[in-house]
Amino acid sequence: MEKFHSCKGLVAPLDRANIDTDAIIPKQFLKSIKRSGFGQNLFDEWRYLDHGEPGMSSGQRKLNPDFILNLPRYRGAQILLARANFGCGSSREHAPWALQDYGFRAIIAPSFADIFFNNCFKIGLLPIVLDAKNVDQLFREVQAEEGYCVVVSLEDQSVTTPGGEAFLFEVDPFRKHSLLNGLDEIGLTLQHVGEIKAFEEKHRAAQPWLFA
Amino acid sequence: MQTLYDKLWQSHVVHEESDKPDDMALLYIDRHLVHEVTSPQAFEGLKLAGRRPWRLDSILAVADHNVPTTGRSRGIRDPISRLQVETLDQNCEELGITEFRMNDLRQGIVHVIGPEQGATLPGMTVVCGDSHTSTHGAFACLAFGIGTSEVEHVLATQCLLLKKAKAMQILVEGELGHGITSKDIALAIIGKIGTAGGTGYAIEFAGGAIRALSMEGRMTLCNMAIEAGARAGMVAADDITIEYLSGRPFAPKGDLWEKAVTYWRTLKSDEGASFDKVISLDAAQVKPQVTWGTSPEMVTTIDGKVPDPSQIADVVKRHDMERALKYMGLAPNTPISEIRPDKVFIGSCTNARIEDLRISAEVVKGRHIAANIKLALVVPGSGLVKYQAEQEGLDKIFREAGFEWREPGCSMCLAMNDDRLAPGERCASTSNRNFEGRQGQGGRTHLVSPAMAAAAAVAGHFVDVREIY
Ligand code: SF4
Repeated sequence: MEKFHSCKGLVAPLDRANIDTDAIIPKQFLKSIKRSGFGQNLFDEWRYLDHGEPGMSSGQRKLNPDFILNLPRYRGAQILLARANFGCGSSREHAPWALQDYGFRAIIAPSFADIFFNNCFKIGLLPIVLDAKNVDQLFREVQAEEGYCVVVSLEDQSVTTPGGEAFLFEVDPFRKHSLLNGLDEIGLTLQHVGEIKAFEEKHRAAQPWLFA
Repeated sequence: MQTLYDKLWQSHVVHEESDKPDDMALLYIDRHLVHEVTSPQAFEGLKLAGRRPWRLDSILAVADHNVPTTGRSRGIRDPISRLQVETLDQNCEELGITEFRMNDLRQGIVHVIGPEQGATLPGMTVVCGDSHTSTHGAFACLAFGIGTSEVEHVLATQCLLLKKAKAMQILVEGELGHGITSKDIALAIIGKIGTAGGTGYAIEFAGGAIRALSMEGRMTLCNMAIEAGARAGMVAADDITIEYLSGRPFAPKGDLWEKAVTYWRTLKSDEGASFDKVISLDAAQVKPQVTWGTSPEMVTTIDGKVPDPSQIADVVKRHDMERALKYMGLAPNTPISEIRPDKVFIGSCTNARIEDLRISAEVVKGRHIAANIKLALVVPGSGLVKYQAEQEGLDKIFREAGFEWREPGCSMCLAMNDDRLAPGERCASTSNRNFEGRQGQGGRTHLVSPAMAAAAAVAGHFVDVREIY
């Protein structure tokens, strides 16, 4: 997993609630058996005017000039600003993979769907929940000011605006620790092998039919 | 006093960092269902790290998302889909994982075959790299979808690191009207609490109307729990649960069965157990539901109208509604009964079990699909559902009515195979998501129950199934 300490990045505003995983990465791209390369198809149906299929080279395709990420001022954005319930829908980790591969390091929204939120931490993409009114303020400022960057610090659990205002966010201490250090969660769990085996024995004795 | 969720959680905790309820815990996983789309990278990761699956007998694999629903003997035409399915076959063969291959009679949608095989049992923790894993909660188990990193984590350790959710009870009392099904309950609930209403909660469905549902009906309801934002949905175990499981291939037999049943009967919330949130619904008031927008919460009743964004004060909401109506090609205030689908899809892990096919067949029996319906598809949830339906003659009823009778799989629920909507096409669908592009780029989905989909097919427009059935 990629480490995350802090990041100063350009913010791109995607002003929609309930952005679902089918929109983030349409299903035809889920046929890949690889973990990388999804960035060029991030928001494919909104980003391009033609219908995308795996294997098409994105350089040859017609961009939708109205889609926010295609505006020159948001090129190279590292922070995505969105509305409530971001990432609803499927469990596909391809959605966070695509966001990360595109270049996003953090996503700010008033709320996220559970599975998506969880998946982000597994790969070192930071989902940040801020109050709806703070998100509103960020939307206003980003839209008003070209080149609007914020500083995200995981250590301090804060998002700092160019005006110096800092919004604090919550993060589970374990997840924070894993992200700061880029830890391998499987390796961590395997430190509990003894406990897992002991549990398994007890479980087998109580419900032997589960092990038939 | 404990809720069902408390019991399921506590009986699987392997390790806790502390006794603070907000801390993460390591939970043991009893059943791991695997399909072709979200597993290849997990198997690859496992291999790269030099690890092996912890417990092979906990895993059951099947390909469902990419499989064709016609001409199966010719294999999969799309080379990218084929490679994904072959990768699953190969991984399962190499590691010794039980897999139902594409031409096995037992193949089907992962959430249909788990219960059908008795591989989903009360008291279990069940995971799968698929959000609709919540379906299995109908069997009083803790079942939820996970991402690919977690699939690898479960393969390697048989455990998952989790944070306990809050508990919500949805109490549905009273009797459902004729022609109204659990799909209507599910959509009515989502209409009421919204697609984020259940975020952060595990939902237990309870009350007289839920106890009266068959296992199929309960699965439909738990399947849709994720569309309400909840990772898990569940129903207490009772006689209906136990009777459903009796004799299934993976279910315990003989003495073990007796022992298991004794335990399963304890899998319900204790009287007086407290929930963080309780929501009530009167089943008698539930009418047939039809979605009009691009999120399952954009739903109304068959006698309703497409809403008018100009009446909405909240700017973000109004904007979303306008966008949805534009995408759906619908004018505000259009009566739902005047909406005319081009295609009808009866299938998916929400509604492709035998009971769903029976009620749809009853509605279409002796009738024919309307002239404006370009394609009406029935895609059974599994090979065994298909077989049983054929034994009951349902395939004939559908065929005579002008439906196509297909091979099992996810099909047009998400259109990863060849079954899909063309841009602008409108579909009455028994699936679970009406997101933009879900059933094909530019396709317009209206979510309904199987009975309502069948009724729309024969009428050529949405119609209250109670008027014709
Ligand atoms: S039927 Fe649809 S919702 Fe169910 S597992 Fe398949 S694609 Fe997912």
